[in-house]
Amino acid sequence: MSEDTATNGAETLAEGGSNHGGDAAAAVGGSSHDIPGVEPSGLQIHPMDQFIPERLFGEGAIAWYTPTNVSLWMLLAVLAVALMMVVGTSGRAIIPSRAQSIAELAYGFVRKMVEDVAGRDALPFFPYIMTLFMFIVMANFLGLIPMSFSTTSHIAVTAVLALAVFLTVTVVGFVKNGTKFLGLFWVASAPLALRPVLAIIELISYFVRPVSHSIRLAGNIMAGHAVIKVFAGFAGVLGVGSVLPIFAITAVFGLEVLVAFIQAYVFTILTCVYLKDALHPSH
Amino acid sequence: MAVDATEGAASAPGMPQLDFSTFPNQIFWLVVAIVAIYLILDRVALPRIGAVLAERQGTITNDIAAAEDLKRQATEAETAYNKALADARAEAQSIAAEARSEIMAELDEATARADAEIAAKAAESAAVIDEIRAGALEAVEAVAKDTAQAIVAKLAPGAAADEADIASAVEARVRG
Repeated sequence: MSEDTATNGAETLAEGGSNHGGDAAAAVGGSSHDIPGVEPSGLQIHPMDQFIPERLFGEGAIAWYTPTNVSLWMLLAVLAVALMMVVGTSGRAIIPSRAQSIAELAYGFVRKMVEDVAGRDALPFFPYIMTLFMFIVMANFLGLIPMSFSTTSHIAVTAVLALAVFLTVTVVGFVKNGTKFLGLFWVASAPLALRPVLAIIELISYFVRPVSHSIRLAGNIMAGHAVIKVFAGFAGVLGVGSVLPIFAITAVFGLEVLVAFIQAYVFTILTCVYLKDALHPSH
Repeated sequence: MAVDATEGAASAPGMPQLDFSTFPNQIFWLVVAIVAIYLILDRVALPRIGAVLAERQGTITNDIAAAEDLKRQATEAETAYNKALADARAEAQSIAAEARSEIMAELDEATARADAEIAAKAAESAAVIDEIRAGALEAVEAVAKDTAQAIVAKLAPGAAADEADIASAVEARVRG
């Protein structure tokens, strides 16, 4: 059973790689990874290997409770959040230390975002939104450590986060506004003839929200990591010429640092925007 | 672009992201992580940071109020100082004016006294001068009479003129 899974995994990897993009496809095309008896060619790049969830201990299938690298890196994210927000602020100083300044900066950043975008009456949701932001930003940055595992590159993770936001927003919308929440889909400022059409468009856009919300994050993180891995594969075989891919890796890594923060920011601010729609559904 | 890539790859069954057998595991650990972070933030970190920020805001507000108070006190002190200065200056001016008027009065008095003295002396002197002048006139008359008598006696020795006539003639000429 475990052997089968492993072989399947290898196969799916090669295919995943070849379907990813032009460069990767060319690179992986020559791979004879899963065919026994064929000499492996020099260039073997498996940019998607880094995303495979694996057991931390022992062998066998992954059950829902199995400690995996997913759990390891998520718990590291929890530890990082605790380190930054709790240990860093343990001084409770009026004149903050550096660590406390960072925690206060994060607090002020998200709080201001919630207040400015969703309004003051959204402040009860501030701990929830702060949780989302801190988890995503920490997971993104931890994922940038070489050999680490990017939990936010998985659609399973981001979809749960996005669906949680979607359900929260929908429930809050109906609880706070009752049926008036449906006014979100009925654009009162548009001409009457257009309103049904707009209502359908609004309805579709509303239900597409969790999809775009989750795929945006996972896609950005996954693409960046895969590109770095592809360049790293080139660097492994080019000898002296590997200066170029290493330079490219450095550049892409810088970009990824930016993306790690921006995607966490985008996810959070979209949550605020959706929450604003739920609290004030009129256009 | 990234979304495009994801969607393109989503059609391939090979992505680890689409290996549904690992979903329960990921979702379970995600929920654990999220709940842990929520509890850490909601119970410990956020109240603490909020309290620190509020305390700092309070301290800043207090300090600003104290600074305003001190500024007000400084302004008051300056006003009092200026007032004292103005008072002192006015007093000095009044004292100076008083002294000046006193001196002026003394001076006037002295001047008047001196004037009076001078006037008295002048009157005295005028009287003396008049006296002298009168004496001189008399002397001139006498000399003129004597001279006229002598001249008459020389010119007309026989006609011993009447002394009284000569005297009246001389007198008439001199007074003339």
